[in-house]
Amino acid sequence: MLRYVVRRLLQLVVVILVLSLLLFAWLRSLPGGPVSALLGERATEESRRALTAQLGLDQPIFVQYFRFLGRALSGDFGNSTGVAPGSTAMEVFSQRFPATIELSVLAIIIAVLLGIPLGYLAARRRGGWFDNLSVIGSLIGVAVPVFFLAFLLKYLFAVQLGWLPSAGRQTSGIDATRVTGFFVLDGIMTQEWDAALDALLHLILPAMALATIPFAVIFRITRAAVLDVLDEDYVRTAESKGLTTPVVRRRHVLRNAMLPVVTTIGLQTGALLAGAVLTERVFGYPGVGEALAIGFERRDYPVLQLLIIIAAMVYVLVNLLVDVSYALIDPRIRTR
Amino acid sequence: MVHSRTTQRRRAVILGLVGVVSLSLSACAQSQRGTDNSGSGAVGGTLTFGAAGAPKLFDPFYATDGETFRISRQIFEGLVGFKPGTAEAEPRLAERWEQSPDGKTWTFSLREGVKFHDGTDFNAEAVCFNFNRWYSQTGAGQSEAVSQYWTDNFGGFSDGAKPSLFKSCTVKDAKTAVVELTDTTSKFPDVLGLPSFSMQSPTALQKYDANNVQAQGDSFAFPEYATKYPTGTGPFKFVKYDTANNTVELERYNDYAGEKAKLDKLIFKIIPDETARKQALQSGDIDGYDFPAPADWAQLEKDGFNVAVRPAFNLFYVGLNQRNNAALRDLRVRQAIMYGIDREKLVKSQLPENAKVADEFLPDTVDGYTPDVQKYTYDPEKAKALLAEAGVSNLQLNCYWPSEVTRPYMPNPKDLYGAIAADLDKIGVKCNAVTKPWNGGYIEDLDQGKTDLFLFGWTGDYNVADNFLGQFFGSPTNRINTGASPWGQQLSDDLHAASIEPDKARRIEMYKDINKRIMSEYLPAVPISHSPPALVFNSKVKGVVPSPLTDEKFAPVSKG
Repeated sequence: MLRYVVRRLLQLVVVILVLSLLLFAWLRSLPGGPVSALLGERATEESRRALTAQLGLDQPIFVQYFRFLGRALSGDFGNSTGVAPGSTAMEVFSQRFPATIELSVLAIIIAVLLGIPLGYLAARRRGGWFDNLSVIGSLIGVAVPVFFLAFLLKYLFAVQLGWLPSAGRQTSGIDATRVTGFFVLDGIMTQEWDAALDALLHLILPAMALATIPFAVIFRITRAAVLDVLDEDYVRTAESKGLTTPVVRRRHVLRNAMLPVVTTIGLQTGALLAGAVLTERVFGYPGVGEALAIGFERRDYPVLQLLIIIAAMVYVLVNLLVDVSYALIDPRIRTR
Repeated sequence: MVHSRTTQRRRAVILGLVGVVSLSLSACAQSQRGTDNSGSGAVGGTLTFGAAGAPKLFDPFYATDGETFRISRQIFEGLVGFKPGTAEAEPRLAERWEQSPDGKTWTFSLREGVKFHDGTDFNAEAVCFNFNRWYSQTGAGQSEAVSQYWTDNFGGFSDGAKPSLFKSCTVKDAKTAVVELTDTTSKFPDVLGLPSFSMQSPTALQKYDANNVQAQGDSFAFPEYATKYPTGTGPFKFVKYDTANNTVELERYNDYAGEKAKLDKLIFKIIPDETARKQALQSGDIDGYDFPAPADWAQLEKDGFNVAVRPAFNLFYVGLNQRNNAALRDLRVRQAIMYGIDREKLVKSQLPENAKVADEFLPDTVDGYTPDVQKYTYDPEKAKALLAEAGVSNLQLNCYWPSEVTRPYMPNPKDLYGAIAADLDKIGVKCNAVTKPWNGGYIEDLDQGKTDLFLFGWTGDYNVADNFLGQFFGSPTNRINTGASPWGQQLSDDLHAASIEPDKARRIEMYKDINKRIMSEYLPAVPISHSPPALVFNSKVKGVVPSPLTDEKFAPVSKG
């Protein structure tokens, strides 16, 4: 197992190096760039040329890449040009990453807590009204665009009912102490309960919007997997042996149905960042997703490079965790 | 009111949850800090304003973006300011000024009793320290991406690599500073009202190494002064930029020399998405925001919000680049295009209520404007006749419009382009649409002269004709490529001559004459409209005076 994990981690290094090169070349092939973003509409062709030379952007792409790589290895990913121009790219990441983790964790919790039980129940009541209703609900969850759902959620819960805030991470003016950058956790650690609850309330609507697609996918995979397992001979055998229904469900049905579900949860967790780009943007939620959206608009190369590389690392690591969790769920994989 | 009702309900939800948690965790110790719950009454309270983007930094000299300037305008003041609600210059930190007959020597008498936020005195030494700081930039500090307003308005630096308009600043006595220029210019002293030329505390500038800006990688690194310690004389002091929560917090400066701010705190909450800003206002999360979409104005007003419309101080124009298509070098073809666009209809159908058709390249509030220019009333038949007279048929143009952007003068580029292209189609001019993101190649293509026809515009910085006409045609190598015409250099020379004319009355006449010739003999582009941008606030917010320069001050603003 250890050798397997080490091998996968070494693969990760290669993946990141190749990705960083492709990313570097791709960003620089896009029209516009930091020079346009920095100079704005008052630029002249002369000032554009001067700044291009000053920043070394007229150098061959490989020279620029190795210069970037050299700085990156020492932890210097450059300074933000558009997302938060006074900060380094690393500061942008470290300030926004906890926000996205908070949001993603809540979203995946919502998706799992609703998706697995409802998927299981739908499979047990296959063809019934609950099953049909849940399937339609999950189809809507996949089909409704996030920005539209976000708009509706905000309109209902923030504008009309006034129960929840519509934008941001914390109410402006709350004098909250920052410790870890995870606002809810910070509030709990410092016993600033109103700050913690305020941050939690700010999380609810974006987390609901972000959870929609993972919920729908987890629900459908759970339902399909449980249906498959319910038809297996060993379930029939267990039932005919006289095992009680709860025991059959727990030991034989759920446990065996969980493999594809865990894979899906892993993939959906990795994919949450993609969903976060749109969700954070429409909720004005200052996380990594919003930084990526603004970074593209304003051609913020340093921030884009760092965030995309880290996103790829997170994706690979989550999938590694999924592979490891297979072994824990299925003893056959452990012994291979 | 929707927002007040919703705020009360949210408060109830929070209080309820706080109660539940408090009961379950009653053994825990209490925090040492409190939550600011003030915010009502004419004096005091906190106002939260929804900003569309993150400020670049807080040292206005190095800034080029509107979001930084909005904050700078509350923290800093210049020698010159602008009368509220107008673009007219007035004394601010200078009580008055005198100019020499040749317009090159300016003597500023300063206000007394003014202190910077760090407690140090504002005086003539501070004035000259600031001028010398701007003039003595070196290295990355000279980059146009960093000190763009200086290079645009004053030219070069003390190293002499490029000529500079600035010559020297001398302390005559504690309350008198004398600024000498190398040339006469119409933009002085109005240009000193720009946020970039605000007075900053010499002590703080030195203490926090304000000039230490570095080019690093693909960008610039700014010193602590610019990110944490901006120190001015304005009615609000900088408190913090909470990057994790995307908010900038200012508080009232209680030793302010003028009328003190009514609000205790002023917070700028960054919400880049326009719909998210609107919903944040409706839900009571913010008290106001800038640039509501014109399509939303009526509904916002119907819902009880106050839409504060600024006087229009901008120009939307259709550029006609003469570089690539020979037909566009013919005045008759350019005139045909102007006759062929129904600007009246365009303004009524596509732009905000108070937008006006532009008959020339200056708003009517700028000295040098004249109604006595050739008019181009919509006349498609005349347009066709002019094209025929020029021997042009089946004219095809590469027409550029920008995506991923709205500008105060151009709130909906796609729709504006559609209307213009449809009008041109009626006179036999076909547009091949080219669209690129504003920062993703659009401006770059304009600068490289790849266009034939393009949508663009300008928002004025101050009330001087050179700030419009000089910006468009001052150099013959501009986006319209007037240098390709035999009159391009002449126009440039005439504009320079007008700009350095010390006699104001004569200068105004010179600009009027240039305007007449531009519209009848040159027509390098088609002026379309002057469009008023707006701000929106909830009904509790009082005292906002919308400014044509987006120079709104929050000091006289109150809440409740």
